[in-house]
Amino acid sequence: MAVKVLIPTPLQKFTDNQATLECEGTNIMELIDSLEANCPGIKKSLCDDEGKPRRFLNFYVNSEDIRFLDGTNTALADGDEVSIVPAVAGG
Amino acid sequence: MTQATHNHTTTPTTGATFDKLKCKECGAEYALEAKHVCEVCFGPLEVHYNYDNLRKLVTRETIEAGPNSIWRYRHFLPVATDNVIDVGTGMTPLVKSERLARRLGLKNLYIKNDAVNMPTLSFKDRVVSVALSRARELGFSTVSCASTGNLANSTAAIAAKAGLDCCVFIPSDLEAGKVLGTLIYNPILMAVRGNYDQVNRLCSEVANTYGWGFVNINLRPYYSEGSKTLGFEVAEQLGWRLPDHVVAPIASGSLYTKIHKGFQEFVKVGLVEDKPVRFSGAQAEGCSPVAHAFKEDRDFITPVKPNTIAKSIAIGNPADGVYAVELAKKSGGHVESVNDAEIIEGIKLLAETEGIFTETAGGTTIAVLKKLVEAGKIDPDETTVVYITGNGLKTQEAVQGYVGEPLTIDPKLDSFEVAIERARTLDRLEWQQVLV
Repeated sequence: MAVKVLIPTPLQKFTDNQATLECEGTNIMELIDSLEANCPGIKKSLCDDEGKPRRFLNFYVNSEDIRFLDGTNTALADGDEVSIVPAVAGG
Repeated sequence: MTQATHNHTTTPTTGATFDKLKCKECGAEYALEAKHVCEVCFGPLEVHYNYDNLRKLVTRETIEAGPNSIWRYRHFLPVATDNVIDVGTGMTPLVKSERLARRLGLKNLYIKNDAVNMPTLSFKDRVVSVALSRARELGFSTVSCASTGNLANSTAAIAAKAGLDCCVFIPSDLEAGKVLGTLIYNPILMAVRGNYDQVNRLCSEVANTYGWGFVNINLRPYYSEGSKTLGFEVAEQLGWRLPDHVVAPIASGSLYTKIHKGFQEFVKVGLVEDKPVRFSGAQAEGCSPVAHAFKEDRDFITPVKPNTIAKSIAIGNPADGVYAVELAKKSGGHVESVNDAEIIEGIKLLAETEGIFTETAGGTTIAVLKKLVEAGKIDPDETTVVYITGNGLKTQEAVQGYVGEPLTIDPKLDSFEVAIERARTLDRLEWQQVLV
């Protein structure tokens, strides 16, 4: 099941400077593991020591913040688009 | 539009007071580039100053001899060269309130009136003056921002003055005054079908791929420093002393926390005496993620979808929310929210008692001030400063229908006399209602 992932600039060092990747996963947590399998080292940047997404990172599924959905359990379907965006912006 | 050479790092001039960017969370250090998040933990980057240098350079006298704008504090701002964009921003009035204070039962209330900040009548001119001065140093030729309106006005105006190309992004449902007040400066204006948080996210993605200087994204560490001047000015205008209590609006939480940083820096370099200052924050009930986190004693923010007339502070996913909660708690302040009806009453109350027409953010702040006083959370004797950050002429829709109508009369004395009698009767009835 392919999901398109948008990678922010600070993480593109793990993705060979690619801004988008195709990944597998039926939910966000699986997607993060799939990213780690493709781009070793990226999970440590995405998640804190407890394995939860860092508080200064936002994850969106088809433009909706996962905190308005089901958090890291948010289900993913074929063709979904996941954006990873640094939270510190605006104001 | 020209792509910018955006990876330049300028070397600060000799004696410059800032030397690097530093992550507020993990302390990782970075060169003075257009970069806003830490590559290790994604925390916010802040400009790091050399306070020993500052202490040698700055005295009360040197500041007082400086320009009548934010640039009198230029050594505290992250601009390396003398070539700053000075459009007269800052040094807005600090008004000693008499009538509003009496109405609320306060003895030492001051209003910092950025409704008349130049050139676009909101505090945003402070942050944009700094951001665009820095953008020019970093070699950007196109500047941009994600805005709830005031920032769009300011970025477009100051970019016009500086001769920079400009493309700004706003939610498509903004007040007409804020849209027109941006278009007049002839930027490219993108009205995004979505709320501010969606605009912000889009801009983060655009900033990733275009070589533009986004004042509140990749230039954010420099931009946000401009809000410190709201702290500096109040300290100077109070006669080089700090107030006891500050009440300010909270949107992203940046202005609120930077006022505190401004006070702390003045203490650090010996310009004012240290003392405890309580920081209270104001949010609209329809967008109050920081107030909720404060009340529930949480150290994280749960984002919300905004639904309020206070569009200028309607940020559902505030970048500095956690720091705002932390500041309110450690300073002994409060973060309170008010509903839309109270916001309108707040706008009217400030206008009727002080002659200041503020927009919805100011109405929110005044309504929260009132609520805090009524709850006994502000001591009547405290020196309290309330920050009014924007101008009511830009959000006329918010009070349309709540301010009465003109009395239309014929150009004849008897027509006037009938109307004035009627107006006085209505006025008396209103007072009777109040008394009852």
